[in-house]
Amino acid sequence: MRFAELATTPLLPADYLDMVNPLRAGADLRGRIVAVHPETRDAATLVIRPGADWQPHVPGQWVRIGVDVDGVRMWRAYSLTSHLDRPDGCIAVTVKAIPDGKVSNHLVHRTRPGTLVHLDQATGEFVLPSPVPGKALFVTAGSGITPVMGILRNHTGLTDVVVVHSAPTADDVVFGAELRELAAAGRIRLVEQHTDTAGMLDAAAIADLVPDLAERATWACGPVGMLEALEEHWDAAGIADRLFTERFRPTVLVAGEGGTVTFTRTGTSLEADGATPILDAAEEAGVLMPSGCRMGICFGCVLPLREGAVRDLRNGEVTTAAPGDGVLVQTCISAAAGACDIDH
Amino acid sequence: MTVLQKKTDNPIEHLTPEDIELIGKELDDIRQSVIDTRGEDDARYIRKVIDVHRKIELGSRAVLLASGFAPAFVVGTIGLSVAKILENMEIGHNILHGQWDWMRDPKIHSTTWEWDMASPADQWKHSHNELHHTYTNVVGKDNDLGYGIMRVDEDQPWQPFHLGQPLWSFINACFFEYGIAAYDLELAGTIAKKRTGDPEFRARAKAVLRKIGKQVRKDYVIHPLLSGPNFLPTLAANFTANLVRNLWSNSVILCGHFPEGVETFEKKSIEGETRGEWYLRQMLGSANISGSKAMHILTGNLSHQIEHHLFPDLPSNRYAEIAPRIRDLFDRYGLNYHTAPLPQQVGSAWHKIIRLSLPNGWLELTNRRNLLPQLAVLYKMTTGSPKVRRTLQRKLTAGVRLSRAAAAA
Repeated sequence: MRFAELATTPLLPADYLDMVNPLRAGADLRGRIVAVHPETRDAATLVIRPGADWQPHVPGQWVRIGVDVDGVRMWRAYSLTSHLDRPDGCIAVTVKAIPDGKVSNHLVHRTRPGTLVHLDQATGEFVLPSPVPGKALFVTAGSGITPVMGILRNHTGLTDVVVVHSAPTADDVVFGAELRELAAAGRIRLVEQHTDTAGMLDAAAIADLVPDLAERATWACGPVGMLEALEEHWDAAGIADRLFTERFRPTVLVAGEGGTVTFTRTGTSLEADGATPILDAAEEAGVLMPSGCRMGICFGCVLPLREGAVRDLRNGEVTTAAPGDGVLVQTCISAAAGACDIDH
Repeated sequence: MTVLQKKTDNPIEHLTPEDIELIGKELDDIRQSVIDTRGEDDARYIRKVIDVHRKIELGSRAVLLASGFAPAFVVGTIGLSVAKILENMEIGHNILHGQWDWMRDPKIHSTTWEWDMASPADQWKHSHNELHHTYTNVVGKDNDLGYGIMRVDEDQPWQPFHLGQPLWSFINACFFEYGIAAYDLELAGTIAKKRTGDPEFRARAKAVLRKIGKQVRKDYVIHPLLSGPNFLPTLAANFTANLVRNLWSNSVILCGHFPEGVETFEKKSIEGETRGEWYLRQMLGSANISGSKAMHILTGNLSHQIEHHLFPDLPSNRYAEIAPRIRDLFDRYGLNYHTAPLPQQVGSAWHKIIRLSLPNGWLELTNRRNLLPQLAVLYKMTTGSPKVRRTLQRKLTAGVRLSRAAAAA
C-alpha cells in the first residue's frame, strides 16, 4: 500500500479504488440504495446495501446517512427498521417526510435505487436490555414507530407487548398493516390513536389504557412535548427508571444574541444568530465541520473554543474562553454568544 | 501598460461614482443568481471532470508501461499531458478557490485538496487567493505582475537584468510549477532580506521540498521503474507531460493579466476602495480567451478570466453562462471587454515581455538610422549607476513626448 501511495500521490490509491468499488472493505463507509418502498403517502423505507465494513446494528439503533440533496452533502439520523438476518445483508431505514424537511422529502419522494449514500456505523441507546423484559410498553407517535418496528421485527421473544401509537389517521400509520397483523396474530396488543378525529392521548389516558403500566418497561419515541409529558407522569408515579425515551433533534430552549464566529485555521468568519447551532451556521458558509448525532450526545462535533463565548441551546448555559484557552465545545448544540474564535 | 491613474485617456473617466456602485450592484445580482441555482447539475459536472481525469491518467500510465513501443509512447504522453492539464486547471485551481466547497463533500473541498504540482496547496492558496485576487494588478502590491522576475508594466522601474527577461520568462514557462512553488514560498524576497533562517520560512520551505520530493519520485522514479525495461522512455514521457502542462498553464496565466491593453492600478488608488471599485478593477485588470468548449475546460475556464476575477468562488462551469451578461454590462458602461483567441493573447503577452525588457521609450525611439547611438544609451543605462539610469530614462521619456507631438502635428 505504501508503494501504491508513492505512485498515486497527491491522490490516494483509495481514490482510484473508489471508482471501481466504493463499497469495498477499507473504503469510507458507504451504501447503495437498492430499493425504495413507499409506506404511507409521506413515508418510505430505503433498502441499502452497506459497505463491507458495516457492523451489524442492535435493533432500535439509528444510523447517520449522508445524502447529496441539490448537490449538497447533508447528514441525518434515521432508525434502522430491517431484520438483522436478511439473507442479502442489506439494511433498511424508514423515513417520514416532515414539512419543509429538505433531506426527508428528498429521500421519500425523489431518491432512486442505485444512489450511493454515505453512512456512519449504527449507534444509539434506544435498545432492549438482555434478557428482554417480560412485559414491555412502547409509546410512539408519527415516525417514532420506526425504532420500535426495528425492535418488534427482531425480538420475536417479546411475549407481552403493548404498542400505543398515535398518527393523524389510520392511513398515516407507518407499518399500519404489519402492526395490525401482529395484533391479529396475538403478538402485540395495539392501541391506535387517530388524532385527527380522536385528539391527542395524554399520559393519564395512556395509564388508563394500560392498567399494568407500572409493571412494564416502557420505551417512548415521538415529539418532544409527548416525551416530556410522559417523563413527568412516570416521575410522579415514581417509576422514572422504567421509562426510556428517544429524541431525534435537540430541543432549543434558550436562544440569545449571536455573534461573529471565526475559524482560526481556515480563516473563515461568519455571522451566526443566537438560535442557530454553530455547526449549522458553519456548514451553511461552506466550512467542512466534524459532525455526529447533531443532538448533543455523541461528541463527534467537538472543537476547541479559543476565545469568546457560546451558549448551550438546551439550557442556556454560557461557556467562555479567555485568549489562549481551548475549551472543548459541542458545535451542534452551541450557538454563538458574542464573538468567538474556534480552532478549526 | 501604465497605471490607469496616470493615463491621459483614462478609460473610466466617464463613470460617476454612482455608475460604479450600480455596476457593483448588478454584479452582486449576477453572482446571487448563480448561487441561487447551484445544484445537482453542477455537482455532477465536477465529479464527471474528476472521473474523466482519473480515467485518462490511469489509461495513459497503463499505456506508458509499454513506452518502448513508439505509438504507446506518443499516445501515453499526450494522454498524460491532457490529464495533468485537466488536474491543474479545471480541477485543482478551481477546487482550491473554494468553488466547490458548497457541496460539503470532504473529498472535493478547498481545505482538503492537494494537487499534482510542486507548490503545496496551502501555500498557493495564500499567495494566489489572498494576495493576487485581492490586490489584482495593483503595481507594488500584486506580485503576480511579473512574479518578481519580469517587468510587465511601464511603472515597474527598469533594471539591467530585465534585458534577459525574454529568456528567463521562457525558462520559467518550461519549469513553471517550480517557479510557482518558489514564488509562493517568497523565496527570492526572503533571500534578499536575508531571512532564510526564520523558522516559519524554514518550515514552509521544508513542506515545499517534501512535496517536490513526492512529485519527482512519482514521475521520475516509481512510474519509470514500473515500466521495467521501458524505464527511460517512461521517464521521458513524464518529463514531456510536465513540460507540456507547464507551458500550457504558463500561457493561460500570461493571457489573464499581461496582454497589451489590460489595466494596472496605483497603490494609493485602492485606499478605501468600495465594492463597486473593486469589481471595476477586476473588470479592467483581466483578459479573456475566446474559443471552443474544449478550450474553456483545458484552461480551467480561466479563458473567462474576467468572470473568474469578478467571482473567484463561483463554480467554473457557470462562467460561460454569465459571460454574455457581463459583456453586456461592459458595453452599457462603455468599458473594454478584453477578449481574443489564445495565439493572439499569448503573442500580445510575449510582445509586452520583450518590449518591457528594454527601458521605457527605447524601442519607440529607435530606428535604423539612430541604432548605434541608441545602443550606446542602452549600454550606459545597463552599466551606469542608478543615477545615470534615471537621467537617461528622463531623456528617453522626453524624447517620446517630442516625437509624439511631432507626429500629431
